[in-house]
Amino acid sequence: MHGKAFKFGDNISTDHIVPGRLAHLRSNLPELAKHVLEDADPTFASRVKEGDFVVGGNNFGLGSSREHAPLVIKMAGVSAVLAKSVARIFFRNAINRGLPVLICDTDKIDDGDELEVDLKEGTIIDKTNGNRLVFNKIPDAMLSILNEGGLMPYIKKYGDFQM
Amino acid sequence: MGKTLAEKILSSKSGTDVTSGDIVISPVDLAFVQDTTGPLTVREFLNNGFEKPANPSKTVLFIDHAAPSPNSQLSTDHITLRDFSQKTGCVLSDAGDGVCHQLVAENIAAPGDVIVGADSHTVTAGGLGAFATGMGSSDVAVAMALGKTWFRVPETIRIVCTGQFPKYVYAKDLILHLIGLIGADGATYKALEFAGETVDNMPIADRLTIANMAVEAGAKVGLFPSDEITREYLKAQGREDNYQPFAADSDAVYERTVNIDVSELEPTVSKPHTVDNTAPAKDLKGTKIQQVAIGTCTNGRIEDFEIAASILKGRKRHPSTRLLITPASRTILKQMIKKGYADILLDAGAIILPPGCGSCLGLHQGVLGDNEACLSTANRNFKGRMGNPNSFIYLASPATAAATALTGEISDPREVL
Repeated sequence: MHGKAFKFGDNISTDHIVPGRLAHLRSNLPELAKHVLEDADPTFASRVKEGDFVVGGNNFGLGSSREHAPLVIKMAGVSAVLAKSVARIFFRNAINRGLPVLICDTDKIDDGDELEVDLKEGTIIDKTNGNRLVFNKIPDAMLSILNEGGLMPYIKKYGDFQM
Repeated sequence: MGKTLAEKILSSKSGTDVTSGDIVISPVDLAFVQDTTGPLTVREFLNNGFEKPANPSKTVLFIDHAAPSPNSQLSTDHITLRDFSQKTGCVLSDAGDGVCHQLVAENIAAPGDVIVGADSHTVTAGGLGAFATGMGSSDVAVAMALGKTWFRVPETIRIVCTGQFPKYVYAKDLILHLIGLIGADGATYKALEFAGETVDNMPIADRLTIANMAVEAGAKVGLFPSDEITREYLKAQGREDNYQPFAADSDAVYERTVNIDVSELEPTVSKPHTVDNTAPAKDLKGTKIQQVAIGTCTNGRIEDFEIAASILKGRKRHPSTRLLITPASRTILKQMIKKGYADILLDAGAIILPPGCGSCLGLHQGVLGDNEACLSTANRNFKGRMGNPNSFIYLASPATAAATALTGEISDPREVL
């Protein structure tokens, strides 16, 4: 995976990603996706390109259980979320939607850096500053879901939980 | 080796002996959604070839977040839920019944249950000793379809509470204090388990308030043991037969223990825009507040309105401060009327909103204007939460909220009364 880093701070909540005031758009996902991360950076949706990375700090995705949060990030073309730590429900929702969440030291990444991520090797190369980062192994149970592209494809394939 | 409450409940429910770190497949006693997460759940369910929930009577669709609906799109989402209920036989709780978490506590949750809801505050039922946790729409759709889900058995942080609350200090101040202490990610992936003499004597309403906010420290569940107080509560709800005692073993292994002497606490406020940004109410004197909101799944129970009414009785709200009251269920609204609290609050200048989530998540019924500040008894003060990213939300107890409604600025109830 290759793309540009869009850097955000600590405690980016699901309200930053898809604000509650837009709940009336949740059955109109293409329209909702135009507002992705609007309350953290109103220019993000117009600047992000296919393959880019959302790079957070601590506790990314805290708050509500709304699966629309990782869903609209994925719809924006983002190939993975990188963060120092991630909130529990967001983590599970992202994996369920086939969006990788990689835990690493994002202090070493600056906004706009070009990143190369190797999911199998578990590495992130920051081509702008030359740093090589290692991300935490995704837990096996979640990896088995991610490898199928998300929870629904996983359940369709196996018909049950195989963990 | 002894077990924590989380290990005990998940072992008992799954029929396997599990400890923290294990992956467990567990039956679910209840799977539910609400009107902002439910339509996606229903679409995922149907689009992936599922026809009926495994247990329709244990599958509930709540219409509470935008109830009654403020616009056509959400009204259409409500139709999706009503149609699905009609076709599949799962249970519908329609607009006006109340907030899902309160209704789950009043009517459904039992000690030892495993409950999943497409709402982060599903943790509330931990106050009754249920392993209850929030998940996304896909997870809940699968739990509905298969009647089970998977969990990683969480490590547990034990919170031992001792002492008696000083006057005008409540369970809400305790949980805000705890989140300020350990941080908004202080319990991520963990269970919080509450214990100690204060907890042994704590009414269910207070346990629900505390469990409700466990997720604000990142926790998967906020668990209370079930005891005689739980039994009395269930008995009053006409379902004493749902009672089972659950307690952690005395030799259970905890990741760590946090001790809190509640007699040292004071009225506490979370400042914008994170819940762990706490300060004593008295230090925020002079902060002007345009709207006070008392209610929600955190503090919308009859005990909360009793406190508010006792402070507001014979007094008037500050002319620059709107006062919104949102009972968490229809039953609570009826109790408010019967006990005379509704009269007291209306005479103080309050607006009583229909049972439901009210203004908490910024859809309707009290959206803030630019640069306005609200002091709310809810659980979340994220930027934009109440419908406007250019506004400010403070969180506090019903007593601090009532005192603030009188003065028009953040007030320590002990200084006002």
